[in-house]
Amino acid sequence: MTDLKRTPLYDLHLELGAKMVPFAGYEMPVQYPMGVMQEHLHTRAKAGLFDVSHMGQIILRAKSGATADAALALESLVPVDILGLKEGRQRYALFTNDEGGILDDLMVANRGDHLFLVVNAACKEADAAHLAAHLSGACEIDVITDRALLALQGPDAEAALAAHVPAVADMAFMDVIIAPSAFGELWISRSGYSGEDGYEISVANDQAVALTRALLADDRVAPIGLGARDSLRLEAGLCLYGSDLDTTTTPVEAALNWAMQKARRAGGDREGGFPGAARILGELAGGPTRLRIGLLPEGRAPMRAETPLFASETGGEPIGAVTSGAFGPSIGRPMSMGYIASEHSAAGTQIWGEVRGKRLPAVVTAMPFRPAGYKR
Amino acid sequence: MKYTEEHEWLRVEGDLIVVGITEHASEQLGDIVFVDLPEADTEVAKDDEVAVIESVKAASDILAPLDGTVVEVNDVLADNPGLVNEDPLGDGWFFKMKVEDLSVLDDLMDEAAYKDFIG
Repeated sequence: MTDLKRTPLYDLHLELGAKMVPFAGYEMPVQYPMGVMQEHLHTRAKAGLFDVSHMGQIILRAKSGATADAALALESLVPVDILGLKEGRQRYALFTNDEGGILDDLMVANRGDHLFLVVNAACKEADAAHLAAHLSGACEIDVITDRALLALQGPDAEAALAAHVPAVADMAFMDVIIAPSAFGELWISRSGYSGEDGYEISVANDQAVALTRALLADDRVAPIGLGARDSLRLEAGLCLYGSDLDTTTTPVEAALNWAMQKARRAGGDREGGFPGAARILGELAGGPTRLRIGLLPEGRAPMRAETPLFASETGGEPIGAVTSGAFGPSIGRPMSMGYIASEHSAAGTQIWGEVRGKRLPAVVTAMPFRPAGYKR
Repeated sequence: MKYTEEHEWLRVEGDLIVVGITEHASEQLGDIVFVDLPEADTEVAKDDEVAVIESVKAASDILAPLDGTVVEVNDVLADNPGLVNEDPLGDGWFFKMKVEDLSVLDDLMDEAAYKDFIG
C-alpha cells in the first residue's frame, strides 16, 4: 500500500483500532472494533464521526469579483440552478458530459464572495481538470489541500458539535457557515450522506486530530468506517458515484430530476446550456428508457451489485441489474438499488433477481428505505 | 476438532462430521446476515461450493471439506444467521456430513497447527 495517500487522521484511525483498506487512492478505515453493523446502528441512534478527508474541496471565485459570474460559469457544467443558490446555502449538483452521462456528483455552497465545492475522492483530480479546462477564463480555481473533512451524523450530532460551536444549533438542513472555534476556522454545512441530521466540517489539517479527539470525547460520538457509511447511504436511497452513477447514466435515468431546477429545464430562464442538455432535456420531456429504482428482496439473501434482474421467474432476458446491494441494519433486511427498464419501474412491481443461479423474488420499492432525519 | 485451510472446523459426532467456520473466520467476515445452506442429502466432492455466507461486507463461499454426503443442515441459521458470529464453534454450525472413512480427518490440521496457520 506504499502508493496510497493518508489523511491527517491516519495515525488516529490506527490508534482507534481501525481496519484500513485502500479506497479511491487513500488508506481509509473500513471499520473500527465496534463492527459495521453496530457502527451503522450507533449512527442512527446517537452520532457517528466519519473521516471524509479523501474528498475534494474546491473554491471557485469569479475573476470579476461577482459571485453571480462564478455561478453562471459553473452552470455551464451542471444542469443545476446555481445562480439561484442563496448565500449561506448548499445544493446537490452533477457534472455531466456531452452524452448526458454523469462525470461526478458534488455539493455546491454559496459562501458570499465565492462558491465552495465538495467532490468525490475518486474524481477530484478529473473534476479539477474539468473546471480548469472550462472555467479558468471566468474563475480562479483553488483546490484546497490543507484542510481535512469530517462528517458528524446522527440525532446527537447537533448537541455534540454545538458544545464546541454553538452556532450550529441554529443551522437548517443544507445551510453553510464559516465559524471560528478552538480548532481554528471551521467550514460547516448541515448535511451529510447517511440519511441522518448532521454536519460536514472542514478543518485545517493541523487541527483535524484535535477536533476529532474533542468530538470523540463525547460518549455519544463513535468513529464510523466506510463499511457503515455505505449501508447508511444505501438505506437513505443515496447514490454512490462509480456504483449507482457513472458516465453511462444520465441524471434522468438516475431519478435525480429533483436536482435539476426549473431554471435549467425547458422553458426556464436559463434552459439547457450544460453538457448533454439535448439528451437530458429530451429524457425529462419523454421519459428515460430505464430508471434507477429501489428493490427489497423478499428473502434474506442480499442482491449485490451486478445481480441481473428479470420480469419472470424463468426465461426471458434481463430487464436490468443491481448497482448497490447490502443488508440494511436499521431495516433488518437486505436492500438494493439498481437500474430497470422503465416499464417495470413502478413501485410494487414484482421482479426476480438471479443470485448464484437462482431467481429470487424482490419488489420494486420507493426510496429511501428508511425515512431521513434531516432538520428542515 | 480438526481444521481446514479454508477456516472450517470439523468435529466428529457419532458417525457424522459436524462442519462450521472458525472464530477467526467469523471475526474476519464481520457481521453475518445470511447463510445459504445446501439441501440435506446432497452428495458433495471436496472443494465443491456447498454454502454461501453473506456478511455486511461481502459474500463468501464455503467449500466442502471432504468427499461425502451432507445429511443435515442447521436450519436455525436461516432466521438467525448472527449465531455464526455469536457461537461459531457451537450453535453456529453449518451442516453434518457422512463420509466413507473417518480416517480422512487425519490429514487435516489440529488446533495447534491451525493456530500456526493463522499466525
